[in-house]
Amino acid sequence: MNALDWSRGLTEMTLAFHILFATVGVGIPIFISIAEWIGIRKNDPHYSLMARRWTRGFVITVAVGVVTGTCIGLLLSLLWPEFMRFAGNVVSLPLFLETFAFFFEAIFLGIYLYTWNRFSNPYIHWLLTLPIVIGASASALFITMVNAFMNTPQGFTLEEGRLTNLDPIAAMFNPAMPSKVAHVLSSAYLTAAFLLAMIAAFAMLRGRDNEYNKKSIRLNMMTGLILAAATILIGDSSAVFLAEAQPEKLAAAEWHFETSSRAPLIIGGKLNPDTNEVTGAITIPWALSLLATHHPNGTVVGLNEFPKDEWPPLYVHYLFDAMVGIGFYLLAIPILFLFMTLAKRWNAYNRWMLAGIVAGGPFSLFAIELGWFYAEVGRQPWILRGYMRVSDAATTNPHVGITFWLFAALYLLLGIVCLLVLSRLFRNKPAELELEERRVIL
Amino acid sequence: MPLAEVGITVLWIFLYGYLIVASIDFGAGFYAYYGKVIGIESVIGPVISRYLSPVWEVTNVFLVFFFVGIVGFFPDTAYYFGTALLIPGSVALILLAVRGSFYAFANYGAKKSNLYLLAYGATGLLIPAALSTVFTISEGGFLSVSANTVTLLMEELFFSAYSWAVVLLAISSVLFISSTFLTYYADHAEDKRALEWLRSFALWGGVPTIISSLFVFIALRNHNLEHFDNMVRLWWMFGLSLVSFAIAIWLIWRRKNYGTAFVMVMLQFAFAFFGYGMSHLPYLLYPHLMLVNSVTNQTMGRALVVAFVAGLLLLIPSLVLLLRLFLFNAKYVKGETS
Ligand code: HDD
Ligand code: HEM
Ligand code: HEM
Repeated sequence: MNALDWSRGLTEMTLAFHILFATVGVGIPIFISIAEWIGIRKNDPHYSLMARRWTRGFVITVAVGVVTGTCIGLLLSLLWPEFMRFAGNVVSLPLFLETFAFFFEAIFLGIYLYTWNRFSNPYIHWLLTLPIVIGASASALFITMVNAFMNTPQGFTLEEGRLTNLDPIAAMFNPAMPSKVAHVLSSAYLTAAFLLAMIAAFAMLRGRDNEYNKKSIRLNMMTGLILAAATILIGDSSAVFLAEAQPEKLAAAEWHFETSSRAPLIIGGKLNPDTNEVTGAITIPWALSLLATHHPNGTVVGLNEFPKDEWPPLYVHYLFDAMVGIGFYLLAIPILFLFMTLAKRWNAYNRWMLAGIVAGGPFSLFAIELGWFYAEVGRQPWILRGYMRVSDAATTNPHVGITFWLFAALYLLLGIVCLLVLSRLFRNKPAELELEERRVIL
Repeated sequence: MPLAEVGITVLWIFLYGYLIVASIDFGAGFYAYYGKVIGIESVIGPVISRYLSPVWEVTNVFLVFFFVGIVGFFPDTAYYFGTALLIPGSVALILLAVRGSFYAFANYGAKKSNLYLLAYGATGLLIPAALSTVFTISEGGFLSVSANTVTLLMEELFFSAYSWAVVLLAISSVLFISSTFLTYYADHAEDKRALEWLRSFALWGGVPTIISSLFVFIALRNHNLEHFDNMVRLWWMFGLSLVSFAIAIWLIWRRKNYGTAFVMVMLQFAFAFFGYGMSHLPYLLYPHLMLVNSVTNQTMGRALVVAFVAGLLLLIPSLVLLLRLFLFNAKYVKGETS
């Protein structure tokens, strides 16, 4: 492997690790805020305790998010110096703004954690959640803007290798930005809802059948329903956007080779790499045209319009299908749960339902990984679509291999210790015990 | 002021901020470990953790701000430093990552263990040493630049007297800044026993700081005469730094005004740090990168400055709130509220 391959590997590994914690970091604060608010309003200690317990877990994941994010931030310069030198001229503004969002969140998180009992009016403490929510979501907004720029670069003209007519605002508000930001945010909130529901459902499966866990599941399934629907709708608008502005990415995900109208949707299947024939797939007529253009007669651009050396790897088809599959699973679970709650004939907290909710946690995290790998691998071979290839951007330093292994060891260590600490945190002190004690926490 | 100077001033101010807050943090790690070794953990431990707990993440953002900002204002630095610093940069990152996350694990999650304390103490000294190599490299002579790549000359770096002088200065400064701050904090907390220990750390910490900074001056003279001459031209900055140091030590020795003493230490480092920075110009990296040719375009530069001002309007009130709640709140400092 050469420096390029190692750099790719290290980037993939770091981002894949960071994104788990980043997603949790973006999503959980909203739920802490909601729970604390309900707790104060209804004067219900269950919800107040939820806010406290979630916060404690949250701090641990934020810590890993912060240190791995710091790694990416610096690694971008260490591994892709050419890219940063070039793109730094156009998109450093959102990256710079992101650090202010971090600052803002970090400051208020520090205050929030150590002021549970400081204010006589509990709403003041609740107010502190707002800057945390805003800061976390703004971090996601700004970094996703950078990523959207890599997909649809604009805001500059390239004349003989030199950048002119720079417009940082246009670079930030590029065509890929709206759908991407919306999908990243909604999927992060959705993931948080399922992770929190997972913890409560898991406790119920272990026999802690109590009101605290039920309330947590109810809250998270209700919000989960809305968020799953939103994520699918916005995901659909992402696909519409791709069909228009980045057709090769969509075509690669759908194994769509010939430009055509009334294009069928292919689910699963196997591709013959020489003939590009698909076997064993479920084919839904017209569905791709419907998905991509919202019209059965719409024309969808196929991969054959592009030179072969600009095709993304075709395995992204499976990533896309799996993400969409999980999306519908995450919609079905809350629907089923609400249906069972409303139709009083069944017990909505039966073992199967709870197991289904528990599975939603890892599934949603998995969908985040699938989605990002689809989005990033689908952009290949470009690092800056149409302008710079990944192979032209990598460092020339020959020692990336060593650093890859160093970071691999780091992430392994962090991952294991983080899981241990989290599980000990919740196991050693079940909610029931804490409700009894009701002492100062943290 | 031209854009390039605005940019470097802003970044330098934030790097100075990082230097102070991170030194307090790094040094505290060392003292926590040392305290354990000599059996006074229960004395100075609480003082340290009460200050550190709410602010550790903020400390980290100062660093992120600096390296994101420098690539924004001076994109060429990404190419030179980015290519050359792969190994030292990665080592520093890994140490930072271990330190930050284990701090959170131990503090919010599990019980503290000895191993954790050792890691916390050791990284507190190793990280400043690793980060300080950036300053060393910027003096020139440690990179070989060809048409399509930049290589770090590890051997030169390892056998350079200047490079070791900088490492020594970094470590001793960290210990000195940290102990003077913690002395002030312990006094504020009216914790007499912790105060006595930390005060003696502060007094002893001053000696190696001054010796190693002299050592840096001498080594720089041999390594980069041009920079050294620029420094001599700014002699009054370094003179003021020395005066501030003397006042700080005098106050601590006389057991009074520990707050003022710490402000004097901050001034000591401000004068030295800005004197060093100003005399380093016009080069960012001798002799390859000049401030004026590596600055970003006007449009982006202006946008960054506007963003910066807007960001400060948001940050300063928040930081003031943080400090009022935790640093200047007597009840919290004494550990009387949660
Ligand atoms: C819980 C997570 C999750 C779920 C259930 C879904 N997605 Fe997704 N998807 C993401 C999480 C995600 C993501 C991690 O947020 C991505 C990666 C990059 C991005 O912009 O968002 C993404 C990317 C992404 C893209 C590529 C966007 C681009 O590269 O510009 C498309 C077209 C879709 N998604 C479409 C969908 C559809 C039609 C779904 C319907 C079921 C769906 N996603 C469910
Ligand atoms: C956090 C969300 C992101 C994730 C999870 C992610 C993930 C990935 C993955 C999996 C690849 C590998 C593609 C391949 O197989 O070659 C990749 C490529 C890359 N991404 Fe992203 N990406 C994210 C956002 C960004 C952003 C915002 C940037 C830049 C500022 C960026 C920079 C890069 C670079 C430089 C590459 C090229 C390396 C390569 O092709 O392997 N990524 N990313
Ligand atoms: C290549 C892409 C990325 C880079 C360079 C990056 C950079 C960073 C950095 C430097 C930090 C540490 C900040 C600190 O010190 O507090 C961080 C943390 C974080 N990042 Fe990422 N990030 C990337 C992708 C993402 C994405 C895609 C999201 C959201 C979907 C995200 C959300 C977060 C969050 C929530 C944190 C935790 C910080 C906190 O909660 O305070 N990041 N990231």
